[in-house]
Amino acid sequence: MEQKVLMKGNEAIGEAAVRAGCMTYFGYPITPQNELTAYMSVRMLEEGRVFIQTESEIAAINMCYGAAAVGARCMTSSSGPGISLKQEGVSYMASAELPVFYVNVCRGGPGLGNISPAQSDYFQATRGGGHGDYRVICFGPADVQELYDYTMLGFDLADKYRTPAMILADGILGQMMEPLVLREYRPLPGLPSKQPWRLGDPSTKDPILITSLILNPALMEQQNFVLQKKYETIMRDEVRFEEVSCGDADIVLVAYGTASRICRSVLETARAEGIKVGLFRPITLWPYPFEQLGRLAERTKEFLVVEMSLGQMWEDARLAICGRGRVHLHGRTAGGIPQEGEIVEQMRKILASKGAEIFRNF
Amino acid sequence: MERVFGMVRSMKPERTKYCPGCGHGIIHRLVAEVVDEFGLRERAIGIAPVGCSVLADLYWNFDVVSAAHGRAAAVATGITRANPDCFVLSYQGDGDLAAIGTAETIHAANRGEKFVTVFVNNAIYGMTGGQMAPTTLIGQPATTCQLGRDPAIAGYPIRVCELLQTLGGVAYLARGSVDTPKNVLAAKRHLKKAFQLALDKRGYCLVEILSPCPTNWGMTPPQAIAWLRENMLTYYPLGVFKDVSAEEKRA
Repeated sequence: MEQKVLMKGNEAIGEAAVRAGCMTYFGYPITPQNELTAYMSVRMLEEGRVFIQTESEIAAINMCYGAAAVGARCMTSSSGPGISLKQEGVSYMASAELPVFYVNVCRGGPGLGNISPAQSDYFQATRGGGHGDYRVICFGPADVQELYDYTMLGFDLADKYRTPAMILADGILGQMMEPLVLREYRPLPGLPSKQPWRLGDPSTKDPILITSLILNPALMEQQNFVLQKKYETIMRDEVRFEEVSCGDADIVLVAYGTASRICRSVLETARAEGIKVGLFRPITLWPYPFEQLGRLAERTKEFLVVEMSLGQMWEDARLAICGRGRVHLHGRTAGGIPQEGEIVEQMRKILASKGAEIFRNF
Repeated sequence: MERVFGMVRSMKPERTKYCPGCGHGIIHRLVAEVVDEFGLRERAIGIAPVGCSVLADLYWNFDVVSAAHGRAAAVATGITRANPDCFVLSYQGDGDLAAIGTAETIHAANRGEKFVTVFVNNAIYGMTGGQMAPTTLIGQPATTCQLGRDPAIAGYPIRVCELLQTLGGVAYLARGSVDTPKNVLAAKRHLKKAFQLALDKRGYCLVEILSPCPTNWGMTPPQAIAWLRENMLTYYPLGVFKDVSAEEKRA
């Protein structure tokens, strides 16, 4: 019998990780994700697993690198400034094809910014984030249940593709409490064995090397092509999204995470006022549902991206629509939250203009 | 006739690509000998740093993982915590360990992580072409302090063993040198002690080894050995700085 509990987002991530067999967690304090590190400090030790409060975010991701190299499921978490520090290790892990699952409970930026919720690490999350040609699988959950579910899936996909996978959440999702079904962990069928490549396995006869260094340009380029091939497979097989009331829509809101919850409320009020509005919600931010969003342009010409950043996902939506419609922007950031009334007002302006211009709220 | 010297199993039969007179070849070999003598080849994991020894996997005949610059101690921590059956050996130069990796080194030592660090101190950045290291001596020239290290600008050479001596998690600290066969053998004894204490899960173990870098010091190999003796041995005294097993015997 699966238990239903009331739980904070940050703690739901931790519980899902423990149940998904995370053997090592390494973290450094930063608001607004501290409940996750605190939760892991208790639960990991209860389970006889590894928890270290590290000296820095850089140390944490490099401890993940070590743990992953011997085949252990590993995890770290942080918020914007700390995630920036982790990019060094994420790039190395993407290159060396080591699985890791990590979470960014995003706060206001740039710089030290503030500790209010934001989605302004979208570029960092969806473009790889560190140096070199790589991407990481990135989920943008919208409630506590999804934080839990996509944490479990994140570990599986990281292992399946031997690549970093992450959740981009925000301070609201991390801090809020919601009902949560503590689903039993069921691993994806057919996850590959780590035995052929993990270090320190006495059953392996010849020495194994794990590295991201290939000095020969032709061979390093070849390794890049191998990575790109893997990313193509992920783009084909792992896209996740949700469509709400788009069938008859004159305008479609495009939003993920917390911003998509606000848009759901907009749908109800605006439909009641006679505005035919739909919602397209990317769940995977990389791979982005380019084709699925683009198909909507066959019948709808107006799209309004609502994001808690200033035009980051807007770029992906424009790539998806690719000139077949108009893509407008409603962006707030650094703790500024999109307001239902303002979104409705902007939709009215867009629909009244009959395609004359692109509207931005700032 | 008794065979007294030969190839070791943990060393691949390769000619190293290190410069003439470089100490890395000797130190790699010492590490491999000790790995063999303890029968650790199947569960040993060497961590190659960023620096001249980044390609240590070409020579060591056991598992190797290459770490980001300065992060070997964090990678070693991840491995030993995730799989305590592995024997982890981080091999690091002075820039890697005492400049960019200072934080990781100090905190791994302080937590008493159960691995061995082999710290090769040649007072210079080798692979990038002779820049000033944290261990470059006062007055010693480098491409980034061409008139010699000036403490008013660049501070003082760091004595790593002495720096780590106060930390509770440390089980063993010793400094050796490869300037004479006698010192090479002493360095090997330090390594064996460090391996034993790490295997006994006593805490963090570090063996610093002073090593010549003729190419970047701008010297011939014999000149480099002489310079090491005259300058490094006086500033970096050889010996054991901490040994938890000896402390127990005394008590």
